[in-house]
Amino acid sequence: MTNLISVRGLRVTGRRADGGDVPIVRDVSLEARQGEVLALVGESGSGKTTIALALMGHARAGCGISGGEIEVAGHRVDRLDAAGLRAFRGRTISYVAQNAGSAFNPALTLHRQVIEPALTHWVLPRREAERRAVELFRAMALPHPETIGARYPHQLSGGQLQRLMAAMALITEPEVVVFDEPTTALDVTTQIEVLEAFRAVLAHRGITGVYVTHDLAVVAQVADRAVVLRHGAVCESDATAMVLERPRTAYARQLVEACHLPVRPARPAAAPADGAAAEPVLTVSDVIVGYGRVDARGLPARRILDGIDLSVPQGRILGIIGESGCGKSTLARTIAGLQPPAAGTLRFRGDILAGGVGHRTPEQRRRLQIVAQNADLVLNPAWTVGAILERVLEFFHGLRGVAARAEALRLLDLVHLPHALFDRRPMELSGGQKQRVNFARALAARPDLVLCDEITAALDPVVAAAILELMSELQATLGLSCVFITHDLHALRAVCDRVAVLLGGHVVEQCEAASLMDGAHHPYTQLLVSSVPEMRAGWLDEVAARRRATTPGPVPPAADGGCPFTPRCGLRVEGVCDRVPPPIINSPDGQRIACHLPPDELPVLPRT
Amino acid sequence: MTRSLGPLILGRLAASAFSLAFVVVTIFAITAALPGDVADTLLGQSATPEAAASLRHAMALDQPAWLRFWHWAGDMLHADPGRSLLTGRPVAELVGPRLYNSLLLAGATAAVSVPLSLALGLACTMARGTVFDRAATVLMLGTVSVPVFLIATVAVFVFAVQFHLAPALADINAVHSPLQFVRVFLMPVATLSGATTAQMSRMIRACMIDVFSAPWIEMAVLKGVPPVRIVLFHALPNAIGPVVNAIALSLSSLLGGVVVVETVFSYPGMAGLMVDSVAARDVPVVQCCALIFCMVYLALTTLADVVAVASAPRGRDR
Amino acid sequence: MSAVGAFLSRGGRHGAMFAARLAPGPRRALGLLAVWFVIAFAGPLLAPHAPGEIVDRDVFAGVSLHHWLGTDYLGRDLGSRLLWGVRYTVLICTLSTLLSCCCGIVLGIAATATSVWVERVLGRLMDGLLSIPSLLFALLVIAAAGESIPALILTMGVIYMPGSYRTSRALALRIARADYVTAALARGEGRAFVILREILPNMTGPLLSDIGLRFVYAVLLLSNLSFLGLGVQPPLVDLGSLVRENVLGLAYGAPAVVVPTLVLALLTVGINLALDGRRP
Ligand code: SF4
Repeated sequence: MTNLISVRGLRVTGRRADGGDVPIVRDVSLEARQGEVLALVGESGSGKTTIALALMGHARAGCGISGGEIEVAGHRVDRLDAAGLRAFRGRTISYVAQNAGSAFNPALTLHRQVIEPALTHWVLPRREAERRAVELFRAMALPHPETIGARYPHQLSGGQLQRLMAAMALITEPEVVVFDEPTTALDVTTQIEVLEAFRAVLAHRGITGVYVTHDLAVVAQVADRAVVLRHGAVCESDATAMVLERPRTAYARQLVEACHLPVRPARPAAAPADGAAAEPVLTVSDVIVGYGRVDARGLPARRILDGIDLSVPQGRILGIIGESGCGKSTLARTIAGLQPPAAGTLRFRGDILAGGVGHRTPEQRRRLQIVAQNADLVLNPAWTVGAILERVLEFFHGLRGVAARAEALRLLDLVHLPHALFDRRPMELSGGQKQRVNFARALAARPDLVLCDEITAALDPVVAAAILELMSELQATLGLSCVFITHDLHALRAVCDRVAVLLGGHVVEQCEAASLMDGAHHPYTQLLVSSVPEMRAGWLDEVAARRRATTPGPVPPAADGGCPFTPRCGLRVEGVCDRVPPPIINSPDGQRIACHLPPDELPVLPRT
Repeated sequence: MTRSLGPLILGRLAASAFSLAFVVVTIFAITAALPGDVADTLLGQSATPEAAASLRHAMALDQPAWLRFWHWAGDMLHADPGRSLLTGRPVAELVGPRLYNSLLLAGATAAVSVPLSLALGLACTMARGTVFDRAATVLMLGTVSVPVFLIATVAVFVFAVQFHLAPALADINAVHSPLQFVRVFLMPVATLSGATTAQMSRMIRACMIDVFSAPWIEMAVLKGVPPVRIVLFHALPNAIGPVVNAIALSLSSLLGGVVVVETVFSYPGMAGLMVDSVAARDVPVVQCCALIFCMVYLALTTLADVVAVASAPRGRDR
Repeated sequence: MSAVGAFLSRGGRHGAMFAARLAPGPRRALGLLAVWFVIAFAGPLLAPHAPGEIVDRDVFAGVSLHHWLGTDYLGRDLGSRLLWGVRYTVLICTLSTLLSCCCGIVLGIAATATSVWVERVLGRLMDGLLSIPSLLFALLVIAAAGESIPALILTMGVIYMPGSYRTSRALALRIARADYVTAALARGEGRAFVILREILPNMTGPLLSDIGLRFVYAVLLLSNLSFLGLGVQPPLVDLGSLVRENVLGLAYGAPAVVVPTLVLALLTVGINLALDGRRP
């Protein structure tokens, strides 16, 4: 069989502001056969998206394809002129962008955008194109395939948009489809549906796919062959199974390892040496946060957080996991004092913690520190690393001059950063380094409790793994208590002692992190845990088969006050779950589950 | 979330009304502070203090400022700008024909510059980074950074002195045919449109380039959509707000250039009237002219704001 | 007070690297402005003749050894007058720009840091001020206050304040929402610290561009005013009045009108081009 895609010696260069050239992709060769799915794997800056775009003859502003041969479905892409490229793109090869939320034009209906390629390339008359669009919507398992096209992008969810975008890519029946991290922005539970839809369509139509991703577990599900990229060059290229199970290069091995984070061993709660130690560092009770009209009791009509009950024991790490929109970042802001609750209390070491940060005592502000998600945004670009640390030392401990400098350098040591960074500004640091500085700043206050909000979300897996390791290490050596907020189950299991699962502003389950993967759980926890892709082929099929067996019926009209999981729950009790708030079941080993099901009917996760 | 447009638009209108009130007070305050008054102008050399005082009394100039403001503002609300102190004729009669002339000039300029700038701005966006784009942007930048009087002077030099294409002074009473119209208006309009077009197309280009950085533009490129369609069908609907704002802002800044152009070409417009009336301390005329200028500005920007609010793409703030 | 002093001294330490960290646009414009300042200060000292001195019978004379740039409509030495003209144009515009930008920036930051009502009322007032065409506003104020250089500076300062206010307010608003400001507030830093140390340092780059732009506007307005006879009054000269008084020389292509025009264009176009250097 001949290769449908073949790239030889591809080079892409970027132009720097000062006129110099920087190689972005250097001498990359790859090929894919008809009907195959080729994965381009790498971290940010590896050039994977650049290569994928080069297949379409496209280079982003400031870059240019400077050499090599690109042959796709019989077209010499590197030799096509502007008109040739226009006829080629969207017809022979099409593109599914990373973030469908921003890749659809907000001012046009989806319908017009989806059928546009067919009309532009004169593939189909309008009628036919509309018919085929509906057909594709159906194949993508989109709800209301006949009418969904009349909507505007902002009216649909990310997962639906991603599938619509795939439908748009397929409407001209192209020979190659490029998927650019199509599920990275999605929640894990949604990712499964989207992956499943993509794979079915690709296989059914015999389309050749190029799949760009950083997630090896996703590669295992969709790709036949994988190319590992690093710094714009091919690092390893082989059949998927070979790359994942027997990586030959050190870098590929590192990537694979970053997907197998060591799970934190179960630790017994700190033995109460004296009475005070048993007291939790932070207690959150009955906290309600919301907006909109306020009722007679001062409670808002729309709730982001509703009746949150949590506590962080001394010297332990509490993980809070949930998907987008579950209210986890609001919870972080509430604990940090940036969003005062409408009701409920926060206690810090037994003392009431005021809702607004302005009303907290300086001592409380010092002892509760936050490490925020995006280190790019929380470090003032105008300051040097040293100044950032010294300011905190001066503010809380009155350290100045030599003493402050010595302490700041000690903090850099603590987070494993070289002293040379002292005089650098955040702009000059890498993502991982910035996150370490972020940590050091929190530690400079010598806190009791550190609130970590999605600290690994913006980082590449290998860097994220190192940050998590640092966090565990610091927690152990300094005896910190932490709240770790994340959407990533791997990260959660790697660092947390205890877990709270958040859904729709409610805590649906609390349990020990070690018991998360087996035993009886809340149905949502079970869905979440089983949705995290595993790095073995066939996993998706198993899960999809299991899902099909337990798909819930049509969604009942949403009523207030019921279980937030009702619309998606396969085990729901009609007439009860959607009306009555679920009771909390306490089990002897400290597990708390909010569900109407009796304990012995809760879903049980198979021990892996 | 569905935003209701009504309250938003009402809010904009209320805000503009507030600004207008502030402007009215400011204009009155400044004109009240003009040193000397029309009594001196009228009596000229023969002024005796007594004669001046009685004339002032007759014109109610000796009343306290707040009382005069009260009467003036009340009259303005009834669309009655009063009488010229200099000639005794109603201000409306004086300003009316001048306003018509100015509107004619402004209209002609807008008719030339708006389509021209849209075309130029869009063409530059489509040809981003090419020689054409660079040359055009440098030219536009050069034009916005020279004073209007320079453009006017050069226009006179080129059209009237060198090529005798048009008279150096705009005698609009001589307009009896379209050809004459073109001859008379050629230079003033060319000058004003030159300045306005440069500014407007620069701003339009900036708005469009901003929209062009959106991921869905790249998506359209990768779908093989031709550039013209990308600009008109994908980018423009998302840029209506900023583009309309750019047009309104440039048109209103044209009001400033009008003074110079009217002076250079002796064009009998509002600005000229205002300049003369300031010199003669004919306060009611000055106030009326200034107010009209400000109202035109506020009307333009408010209109642009309302259009921008109404056309904001759905879900922009997702 | 000592706290402010401490901020400033800390600022000085950062100042060493300040120029190097600026974006190329403002940096080039600053350099160019410095050159113009040197001309404005040193130029008249080097001028061979007093500006009002009639040195030649020949009016609108061309370039010669005695008069490098020829003579004007009264037979005065153009080169000398030009040097004085540059001084007045640059000085008046600099002072008025500084005035408008200082007021605008202070008000703009104040509007973001205080209550919503302050912001709304200020915003309306600025809109109102903006709505009076700048030339006509200047005409009125100068008629009211008399034609003097302080009056000119003040008027132009007031005219360009709303623009500066808008820019700095928008900038401050954007930066005030940044996470590092939130972090400082969560630490319990005071308002003065947040404004002076967290927000202001991040505004300097864009603000410098804005100030440069406003300087160009001021030059344009002053020239237009002088051209209308409302600006700098004889015996003083600025670039605009040089063009105005020699405009008759245009017919002969006399350097007396061409050169001031070119210098004026060099000043404005140069700064604009320098600022605009970041081509996409
Ligand atoms: S309460 Fe009902 S709907 Fe909610 S998880 Fe339990 S069974 Fe499912």
